[in-house]
Amino acid sequence: MALRRLLQGSVLPRMMGRSVGASFSTEAGETIRATLFPGDGIGPEIAESVKQVFKVAGVPIEWEEHYVGTEVDPRTESFLTWESLESVRRNKVGLKGPMATPIGKGHRSLNLTLRKELGLYANVRPCNSLPGYKTRYDDVNLVTIRENTEGEYSGLEHQVVRGVVESLKIITRQASLRVAEYAFHYAKTNGRERVSAIHKANIMRKTDGLFLKCCREVAEKYPEIIYEEVIIDNCCMTLVKNPGTFDVLVMPNLYGDIISDLCAGLIGGLGLTPSCNIGEGGICLAEAVHGSAPDISGKNLANPTALMLSAVMMLRHLQFNDQAERIHNAILQTIAEGKYRTADLGGKSSTSDYTKAVCDHI
Amino acid sequence: MARRSAPLLRRLLSSPPPLPGHGGGGARRTVTYMPRPGDGTPRPVTLIPGDGIGPLVTGAVQQVMEAMHAPLYFESYDVHGNMPAVPPAVIDSIRRNKVCLKGGLATPVGGGVSSLNMQLRKELDLYASLVNCANVPGLPTRHKNVDIVVIRENTEGEYSGLEHEVVPGVVESLKVITKFCSERIAKYAFEYAYLNNRKKVTAVHKANIMKLADGLFLESCREIAAKYPSIEYNEIIVDNCCMQLVSKPEQFDVMVTPNLYGNLVANTAAGLVGGTGVMPGGNVGQDHAIFEQGASAGNVGNDNLVEQQRANPVALLLSSAMMLRHLQFPSFADRLETAVKRVVEEGRYRTKDLGGDSTTQEVTDAVIANLA
Repeated sequence: MALRRLLQGSVLPRMMGRSVGASFSTEAGETIRATLFPGDGIGPEIAESVKQVFKVAGVPIEWEEHYVGTEVDPRTESFLTWESLESVRRNKVGLKGPMATPIGKGHRSLNLTLRKELGLYANVRPCNSLPGYKTRYDDVNLVTIRENTEGEYSGLEHQVVRGVVESLKIITRQASLRVAEYAFHYAKTNGRERVSAIHKANIMRKTDGLFLKCCREVAEKYPEIIYEEVIIDNCCMTLVKNPGTFDVLVMPNLYGDIISDLCAGLIGGLGLTPSCNIGEGGICLAEAVHGSAPDISGKNLANPTALMLSAVMMLRHLQFNDQAERIHNAILQTIAEGKYRTADLGGKSSTSDYTKAVCDHI
Repeated sequence: MARRSAPLLRRLLSSPPPLPGHGGGGARRTVTYMPRPGDGTPRPVTLIPGDGIGPLVTGAVQQVMEAMHAPLYFESYDVHGNMPAVPPAVIDSIRRNKVCLKGGLATPVGGGVSSLNMQLRKELDLYASLVNCANVPGLPTRHKNVDIVVIRENTEGEYSGLEHEVVPGVVESLKVITKFCSERIAKYAFEYAYLNNRKKVTAVHKANIMKLADGLFLESCREIAAKYPSIEYNEIIVDNCCMQLVSKPEQFDVMVTPNLYGNLVANTAAGLVGGTGVMPGGNVGQDHAIFEQGASAGNVGNDNLVEQQRANPVALLLSSAMMLRHLQFPSFADRLETAVKRVVEEGRYRTKDLGGDSTTQEVTDAVIANLA
């Protein structure tokens, strides 16, 4: 059952009523435009892999490639240009490689710019153990959904007096309802059975309490889905002892950050974890969440799996389910066979050999 | 005299293999502990059996202490999580005795009552919480060579309790970090590492996002680290930390964290090596210490375990060994620790969380039978 669901993968639902401007047609012959940010470091290499795989699978997508600029764009206060952001807003769908924010003042971090400008409010990460790739955990099949706009990451901090600092955590009803709604919607469209809200409301009674209240309200609208609440520390322990007990997890920003990385660790690291951000108006920006690995960039050693799997999530969002399925299976098979694996998975293959193997399996 | 030397002689003759691992559990000592005159006088210890499995596991400790003739006696107080506040008599008792053993207090979620655990910590200024997560010999886990001590700031941070509704539907919670508290927890962590021959201290933070708050915490850690050149110091972002914990936990030694992260890191680490049922820990401040189960996630309120009398007493027994050492009864601590570890390793008497089906009493009896 679990394997079947794994192979079927996950459909990224578009929010009802939000996707008015984004009516996709998958009729034959029509191409869809999507924005591609190859990113920095190993980004261009692994983006190239995705392009090849898409070509072999016959995905009718035309990429609009955008690179991070060399100067700060005053309209975005960031190295990302206004045109790049407009491209995503217009296409409603995009794929992003790793980006390294240059150090310095007077500009916003690239990820923050994307999040704020595109209103990316939910981060979705399916974590599945890959058949054939042995880790200490082989029964992981869960999805983390993280609120991405507020909470502990509000950025509101100040020094009260010398040596005393306050940082504000903001929880709003609007943002909590929005992410809860998405989590239940996701669970329903993907045949998931249970949604767990992760919190620390025994200590943060009002903030996390509000988050829970919103989750409960939404849960009532989905009687077919089991709803439960788990305290974050207990969640951490259960995840490392017995990750199979979880299905869909929904949580505020900081907890989501920690738990989603913990789950990635369970299945073998960020190099294998796909991710997708859902934004206002039905925007879907799939991304590889690993770093840009400047030490191996240009050496044909990088593992493109995370970006490929993210691209698969994007295809499912576009309802190219057939192609998504074929690419996903090809990736799983290639890794399961173990003949072509990149160095981070204990193999010796180059990025291009691995990509070719995936293409051959399609 | 003869009565005292008989078990000693027996131990020397049978000489069970010394247990590996930290603390030197069963190693034969070559140099004796020379107490000050009067150190054998029984010491009073405040006991809070608490809620849920609390009375069961504290009961186990009481039995074992009695069987060992340990030089301490308990002043037991009835405290429950649904009380509005910790009774003053309990606080007075801890102030007098300096040392307390606590079963566990239920914290109601979302109710109007504030957590009694937090009240105790605040009232007695127990600013450091310590959990020792190490593989227990004989217990099969997914990870080997784990031996982590999590030292967590216990009084401020996200647990400040300062929350308010700004406008309907918008709530704020304050995370407070002070130089004073960050410095003293960092000091404690390095001092702990130094006194326990630990090699590395890792500060856990999220200063890339919370630049001021976690930045202040890191700054304090760095200052203290500079005073301990023999101890390696590094920093790790909390999300990466959790990922590393589940993939390569053996890289960590002592970890020092602000309040919330410590809660998560300690529970994650505890999960790696067998769960809350085996992890000892406690809270300590300048003058007082409370010993309890190291990580308590979801354990207190398990009615099923209470009903069947099958709660795991191992964590609290190991915490009691920590307490005996804290009270400077090193030989009693060693005996208790050795006996508990032997029972777990033998594997005949284990509770359900460790893959057995023994009751609390059966495990306790086994520990008593294994006391050297």
